[in-house]
Amino acid sequence: MDFLNAIVALSNFVLIPAMAYGSQLALGALGVTLIYGILRFSNFAHGDTMAFGTMATILFTWWFQSMGLHLGPLPTALIALPFGIMVTMVLVLFTDRVVYRFYRVQKAKPVILVIVSIGVMFIMNGFVRFIIGPGDQRFADGERFIISARNFKELTGLREGLAIKTTQGITVVTAVIVVIALFWFLNRSRTGKSMRAYSDNEDLALLSGINPDRVVMVTWLLVAALATIAGVLYGLDKSFKPFTYFQLLLPIFASAIVGGLGNPLGAIAGGFIIAFSEVFITYAWKKVLGYILPESLEPSSLVQFLSTDYKFAVSFVILLIVLLFRPTGLFRGKSV
Amino acid sequence: MSPAMKNTSLFALVALMIVITGFAQSWNTAILILNMGLISAIMALGVNLQWGFAGLFNVGVMGFVALGGLATVLVSMPPTPEAWSAGGLQVIAGLLCGVAVIVITAMVLKRMKKSHLRTLLVLTILIVGFLVYRAVFDGGVAAVEAVDPASTGYLGGLGLPILFAWPMGGVLAAGAAWIIGKTALGLRSDYLAIATLGIAEIILAVMKNEDWLARGVKNVSGLPRPVPYEIDLQKDAGFVEQAASLGLDPVTASGLYIKLSYSLLFAGVLILILVMAQLALNSPWGRMMRAIRDNEVAAEAMGKDVTRRHLQVFILGSAVCGIAGAMMTTLDGQLIPTSYQPLRFTFLVWVMVIVGGSGNNFGAVLGGFLIWFFWVQVEPIGLWLMQVITSPLAEGSALKEHLIESAAHMRLLTMGLLLLLVLRFSPRGLIPER
Repeated sequence: MDFLNAIVALSNFVLIPAMAYGSQLALGALGVTLIYGILRFSNFAHGDTMAFGTMATILFTWWFQSMGLHLGPLPTALIALPFGIMVTMVLVLFTDRVVYRFYRVQKAKPVILVIVSIGVMFIMNGFVRFIIGPGDQRFADGERFIISARNFKELTGLREGLAIKTTQGITVVTAVIVVIALFWFLNRSRTGKSMRAYSDNEDLALLSGINPDRVVMVTWLLVAALATIAGVLYGLDKSFKPFTYFQLLLPIFASAIVGGLGNPLGAIAGGFIIAFSEVFITYAWKKVLGYILPESLEPSSLVQFLSTDYKFAVSFVILLIVLLFRPTGLFRGKSV
Repeated sequence: MSPAMKNTSLFALVALMIVITGFAQSWNTAILILNMGLISAIMALGVNLQWGFAGLFNVGVMGFVALGGLATVLVSMPPTPEAWSAGGLQVIAGLLCGVAVIVITAMVLKRMKKSHLRTLLVLTILIVGFLVYRAVFDGGVAAVEAVDPASTGYLGGLGLPILFAWPMGGVLAAGAAWIIGKTALGLRSDYLAIATLGIAEIILAVMKNEDWLARGVKNVSGLPRPVPYEIDLQKDAGFVEQAASLGLDPVTASGLYIKLSYSLLFAGVLILILVMAQLALNSPWGRMMRAIRDNEVAAEAMGKDVTRRHLQVFILGSAVCGIAGAMMTTLDGQLIPTSYQPLRFTFLVWVMVIVGGSGNNFGAVLGGFLIWFFWVQVEPIGLWLMQVITSPLAEGSALKEHLIESAAHMRLLTMGLLLLLVLRFSPRGLIPER
């Protein structure tokens, strides 16, 4: 019984939150890695693209709520999501046209594009704060739990409860659907194949008649969709605050680099590696250990390796270790 | 117009804008802009050293600036004897344990051949070492933080004059830069950017959470000053007399006197660093750095150790940012970890360097003054603009209130726009590299 309790406590506090967070990071890292693979620069504006997409979705959500539109147990934001994605698509295509294209035609060095993306980040960040303000926004509605801790306890008679939030369930399901769709697109469709060819070898791709403008456009559309979905899922699960999204940049980049920049599969693996290590290291293990260990060995302290304030340090240290020992990432991304 | 004429007139223009602020708003504001402008110019020089000389992309300026701020507390605040006797030595012992674990791990990795045994050994050392470190360290921290937490609760500093903190800030920043440079230099340029972004967040997290070090979010206020206090000046009969002869009342005069003393101190440091940066730029070393920046492969073929040189200039530039950070905290008279924002301390400095002219030290200095001036003035201008735009709207309408409230965020928009416009239409900046 104690063993079951330990497993339930572990799933409740560590595995399920880490699964949800990992899916969110993976979706964010996929966007970063796609831009890196096709456009060949690290997009610092990605966090703020996520924030913009989420903001657009929140505004639509509020509008739908005011009209009395809702999805029953599911959050209204799911209906608003496609509209948010469309607005974000328009925005990224617009920034590409007025900002990035100039440097692409010039064949500017990647580091110049990174600086340009920082300028874009500034503007998007200011724009988001301008419209929705810098404060916290909660926009999740509908049923809060798939299983609440109390129901679970009554159902099983265990001492530990297992709660699965609706938003966590939606996050994982959505992430799986999006990832399957994305990989199908990249591996099976004609456009997806031309994108991969372009990413592998630009010159050969151009020789074989692939239209670079189309590849770039499709990339931005995918990135807009991925960023908005990742942002909305994160916002539903926690809450939306522009500055938090800027800070997400670090774990997202860490995920993409750990997996190997430019490698979509690596981005997903990286996202889960970062998320699980973050939660494992900042979780206080006293409860779980209390069930497993015999009474005499029961820990007196919290058995927390690092306080939650240092969660960024976890992704950072993993990033440093990977850079030191395997700079191309675990899944062999693009050149160093 | 010759370049020298143009540059002089650009600097004169900035000076004129500050003087106009003095007449139009108040001399206090004007000198405050001047002081922060001097500090910003030093930060811009540091970033210019990295970006302009060597093409290194550092987005962790905030972290190095914050380390400078930490140095002021560690150097100038009086020590807390009770805290030291309660657990100070234990904290130090804990930190030494941590360092020892890392050193031993590094030695094992270096001496032993790659094998399963080595992996196992390293993991054991790390885990056992971490547990020992936490056991020693946590006890000490709890004891230190329990000492009068409302006013101290930290180890205090060395009690030295605060001017010593300025070079110390540089040393701390250089240490952090060494760690980052060792891992991320020599890889793709983007990796350095991400690593520096990370270290800045972590330095801030440490400063916010480690109360024993500098009281965390409880802030340290009342830092000693390198200049006299206003109240002492107002009591000084000689000073009051002099102020009266200039036609100023003692309160205003003392405020201006203090701010101008800071200006002189800061200007001294700025000139010193500027002269050194100019000498470095025109020396063989500077030519080598630019050669590496323009073509790494060619420089490497000529026998230059690119990674080593990059590490050198990265450390130097970060140290300059650390010095500027210590100066800024000295000016504020208090250390507030929550006031460090990446947009304000990292990216604004970048805008300064790029607008001023990367690769040119005078450009960086000009950018520092100019952008700081705009940063301060955009908010009132934005507010005024918003009021003009919204004036046709009805009084008290929700949209009007929202727009006026949001005027504060105009700063980010303006700075981003400025950066993009300069990069697009004048990528060499106001004073281009020669």
